[in-house]
Amino acid sequence: MSFALKQPSVLPGFGLTLGFSLFYLSLIVLIPLSGMFIKTSTLTWAQFWETVTQPRAIASYQLTFGASLIGALINGLFGSLVAWVLVRYRFPGRSFVDALVDLPFALPTAVAGIALTAIYSSNGWLGRHLEPLGIKVAFTPLGVLVALTFIGLPFVVRTVQPVLQALDKEAEEAAITLGANRWQTVRAVILPELWPAIFTGMAMAFARAVGEYGSVIFIAGNMPLKSEITPLLIMTKLEQYDYAGATALGVVMLVVSFVLSLLINLLQWWSSDRRETH
Amino acid sequence: MSIRVDHITKRFGTFTVLNDVSLDVPSGELIALLGPSGCGKTTLLRILAGLEQPDQGRIVLNDVEVTDRHISERHVGFVFQHYALFRHMTVADNVAFGLKVLPRAQRPSAERIHKKVHELLALVQLQAMANRYPTQLSGGQRQRVALARALAVEPKLLLLDEPFGALDAKVRKELRRWLRRLHDELHITSILVTHDQEEALEASDRVVVMHQGQIEQIGTPDEVYEQPATPFVYHFLGDVNVFHGRIPHDRSAQEHPNGEFALPEDLEDEHEVTFVRPHDLELSRHRTNTSQLEASVRYVLTAGSRVRVELLAVHSSQTIEVELTKERYRELELRQGDVVFVHPRQLQVFRVPSS
Repeated sequence: MSFALKQPSVLPGFGLTLGFSLFYLSLIVLIPLSGMFIKTSTLTWAQFWETVTQPRAIASYQLTFGASLIGALINGLFGSLVAWVLVRYRFPGRSFVDALVDLPFALPTAVAGIALTAIYSSNGWLGRHLEPLGIKVAFTPLGVLVALTFIGLPFVVRTVQPVLQALDKEAEEAAITLGANRWQTVRAVILPELWPAIFTGMAMAFARAVGEYGSVIFIAGNMPLKSEITPLLIMTKLEQYDYAGATALGVVMLVVSFVLSLLINLLQWWSSDRRETH
Repeated sequence: MSIRVDHITKRFGTFTVLNDVSLDVPSGELIALLGPSGCGKTTLLRILAGLEQPDQGRIVLNDVEVTDRHISERHVGFVFQHYALFRHMTVADNVAFGLKVLPRAQRPSAERIHKKVHELLALVQLQAMANRYPTQLSGGQRQRVALARALAVEPKLLLLDEPFGALDAKVRKELRRWLRRLHDELHITSILVTHDQEEALEASDRVVVMHQGQIEQIGTPDEVYEQPATPFVYHFLGDVNVFHGRIPHDRSAQEHPNGEFALPEDLEDEHEVTFVRPHDLELSRHRTNTSQLEASVRYVLTAGSRVRVELLAVHSSQTIEVELTKERYRELELRQGDVVFVHPRQLQVFRVPSS
């Protein structure tokens, strides 16, 4: 393997496009993010540590990352199922269901938050029936989970769909002729092909959920130590003109998100590398 | 396993893929289903496997009707044109798949599976590839893996759907000979679907020629090649010259032992068609018989083991293809533009239904 900067090619454009991409990414991503680190560095190490390890902050990390992760897992399972139904079966109203999947993308998050709160509050359509069972959704961590699951659904469906579409039906038929039952076929033949796409979708749903603000603050109730997410805590600090404290929390979120998406990428790489090894 | 296909009809929407097809295959034979794409051969194979359901008719395997039985109860091995290997499994895992998915009570032990997989890989000459992934193999190797995988479950019937269709000519040739030897060793009743007439003629015990959802002819490779039952079969199995119009007197070699035939010139109102294979035409420099057809040499192709000459009939301006041995070609000393006289050694006449 050579470590040349670029493969020689007669088709021009490498220098121009790479140069522009780097410039663009710096402008849009890198400079704002480094600004955050610079602002944070106005704090001493001790101040920084105190800010980011307050019990209220810790509780908010747990809720934000925990609910995002569980939401991503739920979407991984049910999003794949929705994708399967949309790709494999033709039924009346299919294109309607297909369009429905994109709704969490298109809806302003505040609208989603208000709608979810209305449905799940103790006198809402669903909340009314869940309350007697001892399940409270609105204004609890469970509500946060519902909101984060809602906004993450399209990511998994939209990444799994094209892969399922391209999946070779003959491999499934081969499995049946070899005597595999449906469950064995799904587990041993179909799922291994889908894992990379499912992981990608889950990573995106997770990343989206970690940064989510609008839909959560309505349904969460925002009780400190209980149902307060980190983005809200950052907002609170901003409103108190504690800019350095806000960016400190931002830095923590950034680092944790980066590490987690790296882990998910590793998982995805591990699940897809086996057939590409040479 | 003997197979009886009993009046099978299959439609996709308004299109009839198989129209009342019946076929008997005795146990242990290797049958080729031969026909152009869209003739229904693959559909018939898939119905036999249980991958498709017929609209009418019955499938009987070993005197037991299986038309409504699930694929898993039929004990068939199926080999797909595009291999359909499991990409994320090694070659050994692919071959072992059919054994590993058996219910626990019937499943052999891990060592038995391992031993069996290696026996099968030895059979298809791929022991060294056991730990590779399918993408690391050539097309021919992949298809051999697919075959070993199908054989692992000890099928009573082996169904091969254009197994060598995606391979290049040389590998195809090697593999079909190898498949024939394998069949002679294992004697599993096998059905080979192909659109390649050479493959069908070379590999099979009997050839079933299909066209537009119907069987045109069933016979040994010699029979279908030497005595085609229909104009379609004549066309499909090798090159052919077609002459429209009535032969003035003689119809066949039996009727005219001295081998002198007359070829008809184009007579459009006649409903007879004469077929002659290019190698059954003889050329001479001088007219020896009044019934010979006069033609001029248009092209001569000398590449290959035989010489192909393209002629233009003088009166009807029909193109005629002739195949000569190299010796005969040298004797004749043909040049472009030369006038020659054509007569057939053998021909076949079909009556075309008048429209």
